[in-house]
Amino acid sequence: MPQMPSSNDISIVLGGEAGQGIQTIEQLLTKILKLNNLHVFATKEYMSRVRGGSNTTGIRVGSHPLQAPVDRIDLLIPLDKNVLPRLQHRITEQTIIAGDREALKTDLNVIDIPLKKLSIEFSAEIYSNTIALGLILALLKTDALIMKKYIGKHFGEKGDKVVELNIRAADLGFKQGHKLIENGTVSFPELSISDIQNDIMINGSEAIAMGAIAGGCQCITSYPMTPGTGVITFMAGVEHDFELIVEQAEDEIAAINMAIGAWYAGARAMVTTSGGGFDLMTEGLSLAGMLEMPVVIHLGQRPGPATGLPTRTEQGDLELALYAGHGEFPRIILAPESLKDAFYISQKAFNLADKYQVPVIILTDQYLVDTYYNIPPFDINQLVIESCVIETDENYLRYQLTNNGISPRGIPGKGKGLVGVDSDEHDEAGHITEDLELRVKMVDKRLKKLTLIKESVIPAQIYGSSDSPTFVISWGSTNPIVREAVTCLGNKDLAQIALQQVYPLPGNLRHILLSAKHTIIVENNATSQLGKLILRETGFQIDKKILKYNGLPFTVEELMHAISETIS
Amino acid sequence: MNYEMGKIDIAWCPGCGNFGILNVLKRAVSELNIDPHNLVLVSGIGQAAKTPHYLRANFFNGLHGRALPPATLIKAVNPGLHVIITSGDGDMYGEGGNHFIHAIRRNPDVTAIVHNNMVYGLTKGQASPTSQLGFVTPIQVDGVFEEPFNPLAVAVSLNASFVARTSIHNLDLSLNIFKQAIQHKGFALVDTFTPCISFNKINTRKWYEENTYVIDGSHDPTNRNSAFSKACESYPWPLGIIYKSPAKLSFEENLYIYKNNNKPAINREVQWDKLKSLIENKKILSPG
Repeated sequence: MPQMPSSNDISIVLGGEAGQGIQTIEQLLTKILKLNNLHVFATKEYMSRVRGGSNTTGIRVGSHPLQAPVDRIDLLIPLDKNVLPRLQHRITEQTIIAGDREALKTDLNVIDIPLKKLSIEFSAEIYSNTIALGLILALLKTDALIMKKYIGKHFGEKGDKVVELNIRAADLGFKQGHKLIENGTVSFPELSISDIQNDIMINGSEAIAMGAIAGGCQCITSYPMTPGTGVITFMAGVEHDFELIVEQAEDEIAAINMAIGAWYAGARAMVTTSGGGFDLMTEGLSLAGMLEMPVVIHLGQRPGPATGLPTRTEQGDLELALYAGHGEFPRIILAPESLKDAFYISQKAFNLADKYQVPVIILTDQYLVDTYYNIPPFDINQLVIESCVIETDENYLRYQLTNNGISPRGIPGKGKGLVGVDSDEHDEAGHITEDLELRVKMVDKRLKKLTLIKESVIPAQIYGSSDSPTFVISWGSTNPIVREAVTCLGNKDLAQIALQQVYPLPGNLRHILLSAKHTIIVENNATSQLGKLILRETGFQIDKKILKYNGLPFTVEELMHAISETIS
Repeated sequence: MNYEMGKIDIAWCPGCGNFGILNVLKRAVSELNIDPHNLVLVSGIGQAAKTPHYLRANFFNGLHGRALPPATLIKAVNPGLHVIITSGDGDMYGEGGNHFIHAIRRNPDVTAIVHNNMVYGLTKGQASPTSQLGFVTPIQVDGVFEEPFNPLAVAVSLNASFVARTSIHNLDLSLNIFKQAIQHKGFALVDTFTPCISFNKINTRKWYEENTYVIDGSHDPTNRNSAFSKACESYPWPLGIIYKSPAKLSFEENLYIYKNNNKPAINREVQWDKLKSLIENKKILSPG
């Protein structure tokens, strides 16, 4: 099995029950590491429960930007005994495990740090987490002062006593860690630092939500469903500042019909959901198709069918997004691969919806919305709201037949015209018609827009040489993981084709694929939905598939192994 | 104001009660001097839901059962518009039942005129949620045995803002109630009895005349308990304003964006400076 170089980053895993406070350590740890000018990448894997169970957070710390999960664990901090059996397959002789040896009840080599005992001796059990935090930060040779200052800020609102106890607890852990380094028990490679003070740290939900705000979104209506909920939650948190209308609908049917109503009246609106909720929205999606009403839908995928694995990840709803809704109408499906792209693509989605008067689906997944890492701040200076709403005149016809299929969109109360829309087949004024010749014209008009849409598709990105004999194709959140795997393999005959728009597909895709001798597709689903779409759209049959559908994202090593096997 | 569509082909059967509702609605908006440009008629699907095509104004003829969600947000993003929903009993109480409940809870300042003919017209004569017990149809061959839906009682139980019933055989009462409903701030429900001359041979115009009465001044519509009793009456059915919930804030009034600023949401621009600081705040700067 190919090994990935590990000198540039350290992989830490924290594990424990829900409610044990892993999230608090994660929050503090990632931020403090960033303050130490170290690149950080965090990804969660949690169970669908509020208490108990066994959850883990993986944090990669490095000297360069990180955007993919790894199998390798360099440092494991298990807070309860269920963590070790669950992670058995990822623990090697190189893995350093630090924790309460007695409580963990394991044959594995554990550096005994009796967190609970230390915590109780010191004050109370709740400080175990903060002690663990200090321990980790010491093992990574970070600055104790930065840690103390940040803890002070983090707990500041809870009062001086809480601040003081947490600082002392962290310091206690830090000293334990320092001891382990001094006596040679633990020795991690030195990570070089670069100035990343200007970087921001966000997760995928925040990136989508901020992108929506930058896209002029004035209104979000949704029904809570993991992993789509993060977007509306973030927007509700800032609704006062950004003058947003945020409404929790009675169901997803209402949510999308509300958003369509909002667009009709002149607002920019979105919904956020997951597969099951999107199922309920398909009727509304079809309505948007018929009304030629813009609407932006964030679809955060999770494994199905039905309730599936509510808190895990999958790329299993591409075909759902593609075929949802009865009748024939154009749509756009975007699949951002990173936090940066999630922001800019989400922003762009609103302009695309407005311009082409079609539903735009932003297809993400649990893995992407929950990943958290540092990136340079978004540059919003170049962003524009390209509103296509016109002022109507008295002869205004909402569905005026035009050469390119786009009828200028007016809104009620703006201008001298009246704006009528109908879910029935309609005439140019929006009134019901059963004139079958007109029906054909209207279908053609709606479908014509797809030709225009194809002119502004996000191009396929090639990483590596475009002359490579072998291409690895991937889409959305899987792209960066494939990229790191391909890079680590260091095989010059290997390149990646990364897609961030899955419908319509980039026009040059067929051409690129035809130039390859071998093609491998990597998808986080069981049936290679993108592969099937590529075959349908380009006639190109991809040779090999690497698929994963156990609810987890790919890891770098796993892909290195699978790609090597496939090409050998 | 001109609300006339000119010469159009209306899809209703001659003698349909919908003509009466359309005419009364035109008179109501005309007497209230509502500019068609600021009026949006919203409907779902059904014979009644075609009403927006026959009155010159903006219109949103959406999906079956889904008139209320878009209507709510049309009003929310541009409160300057008058929003009137005109749809049938199947659309509003059957397919759209969940939205009916939650629209009442949300209380947008819109008017819902429900053409209640106790039968499905467009799909040719099946039972509707308000069909009376024993009503025989091609599907309910042994007669309806499900308890008829009582929209007024449901609305009163939800503390709806304005609850009324009229019957289109009484044009003056209907005009009066439509006008009051449109002027009412908050969600106004007007359950409007109307005959279906093709598929409902039981609940005819004559039947409505014989089985309804107009509520007199002794009923206090602000008293929720007596309103509930009134809403539960049948044979004869009471017509008039059943319930008015005192001083309820509308959905739009409850929205934070309108608390200190009337500017419609559609005219609000991106707060670029605030977005810049929001991004800036994600930098995790070193404290001190």
